[in-house]
Amino acid sequence: MAARAGGEAVPAARGRGGAPSFQRKGPPGGSRLAAIAGTRPAVRHGQLLLSTGLPSLDSVLGWCGAGSEEDKYGVYSHLLFKYFLAEGVVCGHDLFVASAKELPTSILKELPAPLLDNCRNEVGEEAAAVKSEDDSMQIAWRYQNLPKMEVNFDISLVSVRIFSLYVTLSARKLKFCVFFLNIAISSILKCVVKHFLLANSNMNCGYARLLQSIQKIIYQEGFDGSHPQKKQKNILRIGIQSLGSMLWDDDICCTENPENAHSITKFLYVLRGLLRKSLSACIITVPAHLIQNKAIMERVTNLSDVVVGLESFIGSERETNPLYKDYHGLIHVRQIPRLNCLICDVSDTKDLAFRLKRKQFTIEVRETVLLHSLEPKRWIMPIYGYMTRHILKLNDMTSHSS
Amino acid sequence: MGRSPLKWWLKTERGQLVFLEGLGSCLDVVFGQEQREEDVSDLRALFTFVQAALAPVDGDAWQGRVLLLDELGVLLSLGAAPVAVLDFVHYCRVAVCSRLQGNIVVLVHSNEDSGDKENELLVTALSHHSDLILWAEGLATGFCKDVHGQLKIIRRTSLRPGGERDSLQLYQYKIQERNVAFFARGMSAAVL
Repeated sequence: MAARAGGEAVPAARGRGGAPSFQRKGPPGGSRLAAIAGTRPAVRHGQLLLSTGLPSLDSVLGWCGAGSEEDKYGVYSHLLFKYFLAEGVVCGHDLFVASAKELPTSILKELPAPLLDNCRNEVGEEAAAVKSEDDSMQIAWRYQNLPKMEVNFDISLVSVRIFSLYVTLSARKLKFCVFFLNIAISSILKCVVKHFLLANSNMNCGYARLLQSIQKIIYQEGFDGSHPQKKQKNILRIGIQSLGSMLWDDDICCTENPENAHSITKFLYVLRGLLRKSLSACIITVPAHLIQNKAIMERVTNLSDVVVGLESFIGSERETNPLYKDYHGLIHVRQIPRLNCLICDVSDTKDLAFRLKRKQFTIEVRETVLLHSLEPKRWIMPIYGYMTRHILKLNDMTSHSS
Repeated sequence: MGRSPLKWWLKTERGQLVFLEGLGSCLDVVFGQEQREEDVSDLRALFTFVQAALAPVDGDAWQGRVLLLDELGVLLSLGAAPVAVLDFVHYCRVAVCSRLQGNIVVLVHSNEDSGDKENELLVTALSHHSDLILWAEGLATGFCKDVHGQLKIIRRTSLRPGGERDSLQLYQYKIQERNVAFFARGMSAAVL
């Protein structure tokens, strides 16, 4: 999600060819927008864009971070969640972490740190080795034209960070607020009884408390512009883990006809209103595989700016399928952002997979499996992903400068 | 939205556009200090607002009034029953179309194999009562860089006396930065 920086659309007179065109009347250029660290102005539609922490995800989504569906065991969605927060820490943004599952402070202790220069060189050497091997490989002609994930923005404008999963950020620089919902068993029973008795659906107390907490922070810290003199403008990155699960006192994961089916959608609607009015962005992980009522998932998707589904291969028959042996799961982009414009920069390729390498989580174009079944030894399919290409470019840059 | 009265936020630009932004208004409701009245389960308050906003004022020269509703599915997400939403649309039709000779444009989302029965009910009911349906959807063959989707324009001539069949027109479109280009099927710029 991005912070709105103003700008209105004014219908112009009918243009050439008879088609009416809308012209944007907004702040000129990016000078006013680029004042906040870690953001990139999108001059086209007057928004401030944030990175999700994963460059390959940024190029898929066009630099807007937001909701993500959880994979089955929550392993990979938790990684994306941590990347988003870590990017915020490195950029100096403020964080708000909410969870009902584990203590937010323990989440914050495990945030990945960015790879430092000596590590980057190591990665660069590996990539160089791969490249030289590629040259000597016989590459099927079809795969030379395989679309790589396009970089939709100029790399030189942005310092792209690669986060390592083995090194954690030190806590000294973190400025954060936490919300931990800890409902004792007796009060869960009380809430269940209350919901059973109440005919009308109401936003449940867990969500209501979380909203109050977020609104209080936004107001007190001035993210909505209410205290302009107090401090320099900054972005608030909010992370909410496992929204919709039973731990949030919501029953949509238990039954197909839940009592308070509208709780989560009301929560998302109000949250969206809060985010629109302030300089903040939010990542939410939702256990979609547990929600039995498909209507709720569709409504949640419609209410979000960006939705990414993670399908991991853990425990499924795809884990041992040779077609998927290089990957750990698939990425489904269910919703792309369309903020203040008709269409946004997104990748053309929709067939995406992810894998967890030694230190990094990468998203790549999944090669078509057309020829894989024929003589796999003869046809070698080079896998190009955004991360790999970027590492190659870094390597070029370092070798030119030395 | 049907649970408490909303503080309506009106923004008039040159007196020609009255804009109610639900997202902004809801914050006042949820975090406001006002006392909330009894719960209501219909959208009467919303209709009252629409009626007041579109009421003719002495001296104005508005020729045709248009009510734009974007998007009705959100009302379902907020807890309104489909019947309440359909009642609201019906009242608006009477007020805007019959009395004020205006038009109503409604936006709804729909999926082919949607699990959201309430939303599908809403879409079906609205389609039956519409005079003109603009149906934008992706191509059946999948994603294409040059053609983003197709637009079906269905004129409900069957509703008029005479009982002719509905007329259907198909176009394809490509969304550009500030414009949408429409063309006949198979005639996209990339092909020609």
